[in-house]
Amino acid sequence: MSERAATAKALDVPRVKDPKKAALLRARYRAEARYRSYGVISLAISTAFLIALMSNIMMTAWPAFWSHYLVIDVPLKAESIDPENTRTQDVLRSADYMAVVRTALDEAIPGIEGRVARKQLREVLSSGAADDVRSLVLADPGLIGKTVKLPLLLSDDADLFMKGVGTRVERTATRGIANPSATAGEATILTSGDDFAPLLTEIKKKAAERAAALRQQADRFEVHSGQGAHDSVAQLRAEADELQKRYDSPDFEEVLDSSVPSVLIEINDGLVKAARITGRAVTGDVLIPLKSTDPAQAGAWRIVTYTTPESSRAVGDRKVAFLDRFANAGMIEKTFNWRFFSSGDSREPELAGIRGAIVGSVLTLFVTLGLCLPIGVMAAIYLEEFAPKNRFTDFIEININNLAAVPSIVFGLLGLAVFLNFFGLPRSAPLVGGLVLALLVLPTIIISARAALRAVPPSIREGALGIGASKQQAIFHHVLPLATPGIMTGSIIGMAHALGETAPLLMIGMVAFIVDVPKSLTEAATVLPVQIYLWSDLPEVAFKYKTAAAIVVLLVLLFLMNGAAIWLRRRFERRW
Amino acid sequence: MTAYYLVAMALLVVAGFFTARSRAFSIAGGHPSVLHSLPQYHGLYTAVLIFAGMLALFALGDPLVNWLARSAALKNLPPELAGDTLRSEAFLRDVINVSSGSFSSTDKSELAAAAQSYQHVKTIGSWVLLLAGLVLGGALLMFGSWRVSRRFRARNAFERAVEIVLMACAAIAILTTVGILFSLIGETYRFFFDPAIKGKPGVLDFLLGTEWNPQAAMRADQGEISTAYGFLPLLTGTLLITTIAVLVAGPLGLFSAIYLSEYASSRTRAIFKPVLEILAGIPTVVLGFFAALTVAPYIRGWGEYFGLDIASESALAAGLVMGMMIIPFISSLSDDVINAVPQSLRDGAYALGATRSETIKQVVLPAALPGIVAAFMLAISRAIGETMIVVMAAGLAANLTFNPLDAVTTITVQIKTILVGDQEFDSAKTLAAFALGFVLFFITLALNFIALRVVRRYREQYE
Repeated sequence: MSERAATAKALDVPRVKDPKKAALLRARYRAEARYRSYGVISLAISTAFLIALMSNIMMTAWPAFWSHYLVIDVPLKAESIDPENTRTQDVLRSADYMAVVRTALDEAIPGIEGRVARKQLREVLSSGAADDVRSLVLADPGLIGKTVKLPLLLSDDADLFMKGVGTRVERTATRGIANPSATAGEATILTSGDDFAPLLTEIKKKAAERAAALRQQADRFEVHSGQGAHDSVAQLRAEADELQKRYDSPDFEEVLDSSVPSVLIEINDGLVKAARITGRAVTGDVLIPLKSTDPAQAGAWRIVTYTTPESSRAVGDRKVAFLDRFANAGMIEKTFNWRFFSSGDSREPELAGIRGAIVGSVLTLFVTLGLCLPIGVMAAIYLEEFAPKNRFTDFIEININNLAAVPSIVFGLLGLAVFLNFFGLPRSAPLVGGLVLALLVLPTIIISARAALRAVPPSIREGALGIGASKQQAIFHHVLPLATPGIMTGSIIGMAHALGETAPLLMIGMVAFIVDVPKSLTEAATVLPVQIYLWSDLPEVAFKYKTAAAIVVLLVLLFLMNGAAIWLRRRFERRW
Repeated sequence: MTAYYLVAMALLVVAGFFTARSRAFSIAGGHPSVLHSLPQYHGLYTAVLIFAGMLALFALGDPLVNWLARSAALKNLPPELAGDTLRSEAFLRDVINVSSGSFSSTDKSELAAAAQSYQHVKTIGSWVLLLAGLVLGGALLMFGSWRVSRRFRARNAFERAVEIVLMACAAIAILTTVGILFSLIGETYRFFFDPAIKGKPGVLDFLLGTEWNPQAAMRADQGEISTAYGFLPLLTGTLLITTIAVLVAGPLGLFSAIYLSEYASSRTRAIFKPVLEILAGIPTVVLGFFAALTVAPYIRGWGEYFGLDIASESALAAGLVMGMMIIPFISSLSDDVINAVPQSLRDGAYALGATRSETIKQVVLPAALPGIVAAFMLAISRAIGETMIVVMAAGLAANLTFNPLDAVTTITVQIKTILVGDQEFDSAKTLAAFALGFVLFFITLALNFIALRVVRRYREQYE
């Protein structure tokens, strides 16, 4: 490289007097600079892509590594868990812990009436919260009869809201004295100040903006689709005019629907969701009951805005209200999400973990390595040291090179037709996955093992043969040990390749939804990349973060494996 | 029973090794140098003899016992099932389940009787097999230790056995290829020519048909069903995505390789080579996730901004990300061939006054062209066979279009879609996946073959 660089340096000084030739030379030098910049740009694009990919995945994954718990007093009453006082494991196991958790929740926010409201309150917690209480009680039956402060896992959308994914919550101070009309049901709040006027203006402005957008859409529609769309254009225009009229009359009462940010009034320890709003009054449902209908002084009550409209988030206003209440009372706790590493797959995003997939991957790679390493090394020894130069050997070589380029999904088809249908091995099993991956990475391992054997200088073999060793003794006692670091490096890289492989495993049925952590080679299992694929397909938003988190784990594992390979190469590689 | 046999085998192998070795020691009488082979080779020879003999006996005997037990069970076959192969197969499965205890509903007397006779024959057979194995192993042990002598070339015999094992390992590559061909060709043949498969297309309908719709073949009771196995939309979809990928990766990969091998300082190389290697090591499922979740919506939003209607599963998104996948592939292969061009050619060009870019364009690249063409072909074959990116980012709709903003589907996506989930091996739909796999295998094999030929044919010999 330095030689080339030096040659180029010598060309750098142009000394030409003829202006025509000078111009030509300048053009050639410009072409040179341009050509060079193409290379820089290409590398920059690849690097930018890599950085974008990594940072995007890291940022998406980050929230999934944390989970939120609601820490409340849970009354473990004997009459609801073990009314007959038997204290046997069976009774304790089959008790209704969901009811226990519900009671605790009802005590945390008293006065929530109505089926829908109570359901929403319950949905703040994960279905796994009850199971957590169950295992706690099973571990220590002495807790029964006491009231214990317990962390209860939040459900996926509640958890996402706590991570800032749902909506922002803004509070505005107030100037007037507010008068609520009721403590529950529908309430109207009158204020002596002009507290709601800015909100009203804001909402009306939004309406005007939407009117403008609708008009623009109508215009575009008219131009593009001509006569046929006449009706829908007229409809759009009518809608726009309606919105514009609302904007033009400042005192007109606004109806808040789910397409605009939600407005709530926090007063007397309760919460009222605004459905209709004027400059001085707000009317709407009470979400959290008020303590009294006493007038509240300026500053003692507040206007709360959930900035994302209700229709464009997963978590509803009621749930946000409950969570916001819990968060402000310091009852929400954030911890590292160990469950993600210690549990298997689940339909509930907050309960789903990758332990099953990791164990599946380990079992599969165990089979792959167990087959691939001995077979690959022995094949490499044969081809490099023993094989006579004939057509059969050539045929093997061509085969190996071609297999290295066969698409991985074809290996999946092979596994399906041969291992599952012909030999009748179990579907979805790590055994079959390992077999297929072994065939897939065998060419890689053979090629790298051959390179490692070839790198051992002939003098080693000749020395051994010279003192009377047989050919096999020379190879197994002298050449192979010296080639081991190279073989290990190649094998680790091959295993890393196998760890990231997905397509052939889909073919042999490793895509099943499997909750349990696999315990044997013939049990149904899934592997990490397949788990990533499965999660990426699910509709729940929380799974998007889980997918990214699983990807981070996969990338870390690959990084460690490749790091080990590089370390081995640096540490043990000998140059003769 | 199998476990007993294996344990007996292991014990005999170990016993054989030590018996023969100690016999060799005693024959040598304290001077092992009087033997042709070291004592341990005598031991190994006997051990291999016992291992191979008992393994062969088991490989023959176990299927024989199973066959005898099955035919004993079939004697109890209910008369109404006789001649119906499918149902008698099912009966046999039930028998095996009952006798292994995993299936307890023995309400039918025939089943119970059959299970009993199956179990009976199987038990006797297994014991006989075990006994035969012990006798054979003992005999081989005696034979092995009998052969120990000063002049017996035990090492040579053992090494011959090792060499056979080594060769067998190397031949597994051939077995794999044979397995692939066997499974693909067999199922593809059935897809086109098996009279028992309903709704199958002719070969020409498959290769030239313009409509792909295998899903309708699921329900046989629908009377007139319109299934279509026209392969062309899949081919155009695959080619469209591959073309986009190569248009992206070709220039980027080639210019990266040129820059890294001709311009970059060794420090720059030390930074950017690993970047490309990391890019090459990212699992495709990760790239697919990125394509589907980030790139595709971004392109769609960008299209909306310009008033274009871009499908959310556009070929463009899948193609772009696939291009990123094959950049390292093209760049590392091209890097190798560019580095293989001898320095003397460059020096000659510099001596004539050429700039570096002129040298590259007019001397280095023409000399490296066969290798670069081969690199592109291998990259194309990689892109055609890639599955996860297109499964996650491309669509399922088989549109016959060349518009990169539309959703298209590919060969690999269809194979995956057909074969994931429940499948019956007698439907045209399932077999169609194998036919697609065969076409895929054929295309990639042809590309590799041509790439190899190009390199061999046009390689310049410099030394």
